[in-house]
Amino acid sequence: MSTPFYVSPQQAMADRAEYARKGIARGRSLVVLQYTDGIVFVGENPSRALHKFSEIYDRIGFAAAGKYNEYENLRIGGVRYADLRGYTYDRDDVTARGLANVYAQTLGTIFSSAAEKPYEVELVVAEVGAAADGDQIYRLPHDGSIVDEHGSVAVGGNAEQISTFLDQRHRDGMSLAEALKLAVQALSRDPNGSEREIPAERLEVAVLDRTRPQQRKFKRIVGRQLARLLEADGAGSTPTDAPSDTEEGDDIAPTTTDAGKKGGKSGGKTAATESDDSTVATDATEPTEPTDATDSGGDVE
Amino acid sequence: MEANTRSTGRLPAAFLTPGSSSFMDFLTDQSPGMLPGNRQLPPMKGAIEAPHGTTIVAASFPGGVVLAGDRRATMGNMIAQRDIEKVFPADEYSAVGIAGTAGLAVEMVKLFQLELEHFEKVEGAQLSLEGKANRLSTMIRSNLAMAMQGLAVVPLFAGYDVDRERGRIFSYDVTGGRSEEQGYASTGSGSIFARNSMKKLYREDLTEEQTLTLVVQALYDAADDDSATGGPDVARRIYPIVTVITDEGFRKLTETESAEIARSILERRLVQPDGPRAELL
Repeated sequence: MSTPFYVSPQQAMADRAEYARKGIARGRSLVVLQYTDGIVFVGENPSRALHKFSEIYDRIGFAAAGKYNEYENLRIGGVRYADLRGYTYDRDDVTARGLANVYAQTLGTIFSSAAEKPYEVELVVAEVGAAADGDQIYRLPHDGSIVDEHGSVAVGGNAEQISTFLDQRHRDGMSLAEALKLAVQALSRDPNGSEREIPAERLEVAVLDRTRPQQRKFKRIVGRQLARLLEADGAGSTPTDAPSDTEEGDDIAPTTTDAGKKGGKSGGKTAATESDDSTVATDATEPTEPTDATDSGGDVE
Repeated sequence: MEANTRSTGRLPAAFLTPGSSSFMDFLTDQSPGMLPGNRQLPPMKGAIEAPHGTTIVAASFPGGVVLAGDRRATMGNMIAQRDIEKVFPADEYSAVGIAGTAGLAVEMVKLFQLELEHFEKVEGAQLSLEGKANRLSTMIRSNLAMAMQGLAVVPLFAGYDVDRERGRIFSYDVTGGRSEEQGYASTGSGSIFARNSMKKLYREDLTEEQTLTLVVQALYDAADDDSATGGPDVARRIYPIVTVITDEGFRKLTETESAEIARSILERRLVQPDGPRAELL
């Protein structure tokens, strides 16, 4: 057996960090923005079934860029952590801060343990408060550090450029349609400065909406509601404080549930319940077609 | 293991191990002591005195199902609580009403709700209604040891089956035996009276509003003959909890709505104490 070469700790860490960053950079970026009624998650995702965003608990959402199997693992760990904690104490005792700390410790331990390869993931944990100043957004890079963010945050390969773009344009009190359009604008910019079109069906959008009457505030925005929001006027250069009229109805259309998926009647069902908020199907899945399972490898495209 | 979730340390390996989508399975591995079914009761004589919930009724109509319960909890011949809630949403498309030992039942509902929510979050899809009903069966069965000591929990489970597009009702016995009921069902001490009341009044083509009246009538009849079931308490403004589940999801009637139904029934009973008459033939 040959004698191992000495590698300085600095060098070892730098190598690991570079490895993780490269992995994350292969995935597409995603953004998380505050808007007047909550927090919106926007990302490009060709898969309808393999989500980048999901519900962790009543008011807590999760977003991740990087390697699918690794962040899926962390997501389920987070759901288990939150549910166990809520069951042990009370639902109010589950907080984004607590969850972010656990994730940070987990990622940090993995990053600095020589026995494991670092996770190629970057996470966002967000909690919607009763009012906008109660919102919390935490960004968790691969190395276990934790960043308390406000307003807007981008993670993934092209995050730095997108963040700069968002920082200049995001402001408090945007309507959902405005925030969504800004997010899509930011995601459509390529590193070399050119823009490309992201069709609505390639977008994954979810919100933590504090105005939802349900205890669980997480909701996916799909189909017609998404199209309407993307088309809504009034966003862009001269945004007003008042959200556009159309939004009242749009905002609250329930997502289709797996009712659609299983019953094979998704179209009718969506339409029937579209305008009624109190009804609601929580965050159940959209009507899924057996789409790109190939994506599961680790959402690198 | 609990210590790990309290501290801010790394998630224990078990949290990150791919495995079951069931919260109960996770709890069994992680902190079995927290599962209601794993509790050991000391040997003792006689039954334990604890508040008991009484009557729950359910009835289906084309398009959905209604689940309702009275508000009384009793301990022996005493009224332990006048405004207890015994009907809870289980998830978006189902609800559970509980009769039996109130403390255990409420805990069971909490765990059941969490079980359904946990599955939904992990899998990204809801369990089938049948799956939910079976899950509840397992939970009741795990309580059998306590049921033998008088701490039985007997729920009634109702939901809208999105696959079959209709409301369905499941009743249980203390051993976890599950049976699907057609049309209407009831559980608890006043259930015999409630069931017979519904037997006379139920028709398959009732509207949602009529079904709401039907179940409150049945609760009134149960309270009329069973001392452990509470009737509408007009003085204290305590009215039955009435919930309805359709393809639009779970909805609990507001206090005003259920008060209105209860009051109109009460009004009729003032002139006709035994309630509506069914035809002789």
